[in-house]
Amino acid sequence: MAKQVPKEYYQLLQEIQEVDFVLVELNLYLDTHPDDYDAIEQFNNYSQTSRELKNNFEQQFGPLMGFGASYSNYPFNWGNTPWPWQV
Amino acid sequence: MWYYEKKLQYPVKVTECNPMLAKFLIEQYGGADGELSAALRYLNQRYTIPDKVIGLLTDIGTEEFAHLEMIATMVYKLTKDASPEQMKAAGLGAHYASHERALYYENAGGSPWTATYITAKGDPIADLYEDIAAEEKARATYQWIINLSDDPDLNDSLKFLREREIIHSLRFQEAVEILKEERDSKKIY
Repeated sequence: MAKQVPKEYYQLLQEIQEVDFVLVELNLYLDTHPDDYDAIEQFNNYSQTSRELKNNFEQQFGPLMGFGASYSNYPFNWGNTPWPWQV
Repeated sequence: MWYYEKKLQYPVKVTECNPMLAKFLIEQYGGADGELSAALRYLNQRYTIPDKVIGLLTDIGTEEFAHLEMIATMVYKLTKDASPEQMKAAGLGAHYASHERALYYENAGGSPWTATYITAKGDPIADLYEDIAAEEKARATYQWIINLSDDPDLNDSLKFLREREIIHSLRFQEAVEILKEERDSKKIY
């Protein structure tokens, strides 16, 4: 079961959720509108922002992604709580 | 392959323990027009659909798994503190007898998920129309559950999911047009 998580966890996570939502929306839009130059530019910009936000989050709260898409501390902290349904 | 990301697509909060709402919500977990059906339907159709819409089916199918996780989180949070008596009073007595508080791929009536909920016709237009209908049915189901729910936090997340169905339907409709255009341009030459 998850321990209490600091307020900042929720704030930083929400920023990531907002940016990643923009990316999901743009991705689906571009799937059917592959020639929209402005949308592709936005997609690439938000992709950069998402990476920066996640790097910052992971330094405080551990890896967001498994299988090597995020770095690990010692000891291996991928399995640490909280999992998404525990917060 | 897929990568797991340790976050929900959209935050899920519930105001209070409410196993009755969980019973309704399970429709979107293991029901005919639920998120499991959606994810498996689209990802399965990818292999035989024309190249131009494989990306869309992959992406929407993947997003459906994120929605499945949101529904699971709602059900988990609504039932985790429920007593056996509360589960029974909410119509989940039979569920409790077989699964305790574990989630199970079943519909609101308790019938287990079945592959007969999804089709794969092999005809791209037929498959995409199936997908559009599925999204509209899921949108309607979300509305019916919102109508039954008096939990404002939960309804916020449910409205997000309802809106996603509308976008998915729109994108599938665009995919139909893309394929029709491709088909018509082939006829000319």
